[in-house]
Amino acid sequence: MKRTLSVLVENRPGVLTRVAGLFSRRGYNIDSLAVGRTENPSISRMTIVVDGDEQIIEQVCKQLNKLIDVIKLSDITDDPHVGRELMLIKVNAEPAVRGEIMQIVDIFRARIVDIARNSLIIEATGDADKIDALENALRPFGIREVVRTGKIAMLRGAKTKGMEASGDGTGD
Amino acid sequence: MDTVFGIPGGAVLPLYHELAVSGLRHILTRHEQAAAHAAEGYARATGKPGVCIATSGPGATNLVTGIANAYMDSIPIVAITGQVGVAMIGRDSFQEADITGITMPITKANYLVKNIRDLAATIHEAFYVATTGRPGPVLIDIPKDVTTQRAAFQYPPKLRLPGYRSRVEPHVLQVAQAAAAIQAAARPLLFVGGGVITSGAHEEVRQLAEEQDIPVVISMMGKGAFPENHPLFVGMVGMHGTVAANYAVCETDLIIGVGVRFDDRVTGKIEAFAPQAKIIHIDIDAAEIGKVVPAHIPIVADARQALQAILAKLPERKEHPEWRQRIWRWQEENPLRYDECGLKPQYVIEELYRLTEGRAIISTDVGQHQMWAVQYYPVERPRSFLSSCGLGTMGFGVPAAMGAAVARPGETVVAITGDGSFQMNIQELATLRHYNIPVKIILLNNGYLGMVRQWQEFFFERRYAYSELGGNPDFVKVAEAYRLPARRVASREEVVPALQEALETEGPFLVEFLIDREENVFPMVPPGGTLNKMVTGGRQQ
Ligand SMILES: Cc1ncc(C[n+]2csc(CCOP(=O)(O)OP(=O)(O)O)c2C)c(N)n1
Repeated sequence: MKRTLSVLVENRPGVLTRVAGLFSRRGYNIDSLAVGRTENPSISRMTIVVDGDEQIIEQVCKQLNKLIDVIKLSDITDDPHVGRELMLIKVNAEPAVRGEIMQIVDIFRARIVDIARNSLIIEATGDADKIDALENALRPFGIREVVRTGKIAMLRGAKTKGMEASGDGTGD
Repeated sequence: MDTVFGIPGGAVLPLYHELAVSGLRHILTRHEQAAAHAAEGYARATGKPGVCIATSGPGATNLVTGIANAYMDSIPIVAITGQVGVAMIGRDSFQEADITGITMPITKANYLVKNIRDLAATIHEAFYVATTGRPGPVLIDIPKDVTTQRAAFQYPPKLRLPGYRSRVEPHVLQVAQAAAAIQAAARPLLFVGGGVITSGAHEEVRQLAEEQDIPVVISMMGKGAFPENHPLFVGMVGMHGTVAANYAVCETDLIIGVGVRFDDRVTGKIEAFAPQAKIIHIDIDAAEIGKVVPAHIPIVADARQALQAILAKLPERKEHPEWRQRIWRWQEENPLRYDECGLKPQYVIEELYRLTEGRAIISTDVGQHQMWAVQYYPVERPRSFLSSCGLGTMGFGVPAAMGAAVARPGETVVAITGDGSFQMNIQELATLRHYNIPVKIILLNNGYLGMVRQWQEFFFERRYAYSELGGNPDFVKVAEAYRLPARRVASREEVVPALQEALETEGPFLVEFLIDREENVFPMVPPGGTLNKMVTGGRQQ
C-alpha cells in the first residue's frame, strides 16, 4: 500500500538527514521524497511516498511526528489532491524515428526541451501512472537517462494542510 | 542542576576558562564515556537533567555510548561538545568529528550552534526538550570561536518549538474505556516501567493496585516504581523475570501497561505474549503504542495524569481474591533459589540488602550480576535502582553510581559489577578517589564474561569461546594503586564483615568477591521463547 504524506518541517539544517535517517534506521522504505520551501521561507514541505502495511505507515507517521523539526504531518492519500511529478528523459532519436517520438510526446502532453544529433530530452509532468506510461512508451527507442523528482502534492479546493501547529509553540 | 561531568580539550578551553569561575561544580572524569554515564546516574537518581562536557572529535565520540544509553532508557542528559571553529568545519580539521551527524539517531534533538546570538536560546531549548515529554539526551555542539564571542544575554530566551508536543492530556473516552475494562477484568495485571518513575506516578500506581486489588509486575526500568515488599508485588517479567510474574502475564485477561515499551527481553516471542489479555497501554510517546504489541485501549499521556483520570472513574474497591491467590501460589511454589554451598553471588547481594536495610541506591553493570541484583535486592523507592536496561552497556555501573552519589550526598550508593564490566571503566577509581565520592563497589568476580558464558553453556554446546577473562589483574592491588581501600573475599564467612567494613568506611571502597565461577541466572526464558517455558535451575544437558 502506497501512502502520500505531506510534511511541514522547520527549514533548519539537518532536517532532511533527520527525516531520511529515520526511514533507514527503522527499516522503512521510502518510495520518493521531494522537498522545497513553502510560502514561508522558514518552513519547508516534504512530500513523502511510503510503501508498507497499515502498521508500518502508522509507525512512520508517529516517528516522524516525534521529530522536533516536524511541525505537521498529514496523510493525504485519501483526500482529494493534485499529485505531480516532473521527469526529464533523454532518449535515442535518430532522425528516422523523431516523428514517431514527437507523436508520443504530443499524446502525453509532454514537451521536447533539447535536441541533439541523435537524442532528445523530453520533459513531462503528471501523476506517477502517466510518467510511467510515457517512460514505457519511449523505452523501445532506447532510454539514455531518466531523472524524476518524486511526487509533490497539494490538496484540492480551499483546504490547506496549513501552518497551524499543535506543539508547545512559543514562550513557556 | 549544580554539577557537570567532563574532560577539557582544545575546542572547549574557552568554555572551561569560564566554567572554572562559574560556581558550577565540575567533576573531571577519566574517560568521557564515564562523564556521560555519570550525568545519567545523576539524572536517574534525581530526575534532574545531567550534564556532560567533552571536547571536539575524540572527546565527543567518547560520549556516544553514554548518549545512546540515555536514549534507550529515556534519561534526560544534555551533552555539550566543543567543535572546531566555524570556518574549519567540514575540512577534516584536527580533532573534528561530525558529532551532530553521528548522534542524530541517538538524541532526542541536537544542535550545532554557529552563531553566538543563538547560544542562549539553544541551551534553553536543549534543557527544555531533554526534560519534558518523553525525556532523552540532547547534544549541543559549539564551535570554539563561538565560545569566545560575546552577545547580550536575555533571559528567558523565547522558545520556538511549533512541532514539539510535550504535554498530552489523556483522552476522556479512552480513560472511560480503560476504567470499564479494569472493572470488567477478572485477572487484571499492572505492568509498570520507567515511565512511572519519570512521571512520578508511583503513588497512583500503588493506589490503583491497592484499591482495585491488582497484582503488579515490572520491567527492569520499572524497578522502584512499586514497593517490592508489597503483597501485590509479583516480580519482574521477561527473560530473567520470576516464574510467578511470567505466568501471570500468560494468564492475565487485562494488562494495564504504564510507561513500558514492551522490550523484546520482556515479551519473549511476541505472538505468545499475554495471549488472553486485552491491553491498555499508557505512554507519553504515541510512537510506543502499537510499536511492538497492539493496544486495545491506547492512552497517550503522562502516566500520572492518566492514572489519576482513570482512578477518578473507578469505584472505591474491588477484589480479585482467586486471581491473587493463584499468583501467591505460583510465588510460593517457585521462589528464587540457589544452591547454598560455596561463595554465591546471590548470597552476597542478600547480605548487602540486609545490611543496608534495602535503603541503598544500587547501580549495576551488565551481565549476570545485574540480574542477581534485580532478583536479590528488592527496592521500595523510585530512583534507587540504576541500570543500563535498553542498551545493556557494560561499563555503566561505576560511573553511574558516581553521578548518583554526587547528586544525593548522604545516601549509601553501591555499584554492583562484574569483572568484565568493571574493567570497561576501571579508570574511574581515580575520579572516586580524587573527589572522595563514597561509592561502594561490589565486584562479583567469576573470571568470565559470565552472562556470555551462560549463553554458551546453554545454547552453544558449552564451548566457552573467548568468554574467559584470562589475565585479570589483582583487583585489590589495582584499587590500592588508586589509593582506595579494598578487600578480597573468598569464603562465605567473610562476606558480612567485609560488607560491613565497606559500608562503615567513609569514602569509596571496593570489595571483590571470588564467586562460584559457573553460577547461572535462573529462571531464564530462552531468547525468542515464550514466557511460560522457563529454565528454572540445574544445568541444561
Ligand atoms: C559494552 C558491551 N560489550 C559487550 C557486551 C555483551 N555482554 C553482555 S553481558 C557480558 C558479560 C559481562 O561480564 P561481567 O561484567 O564479568 O559480568 P557477569 O556476567 O560475569 O556477572 C557481555 C560481554 C555488552 N553488554 N556491553
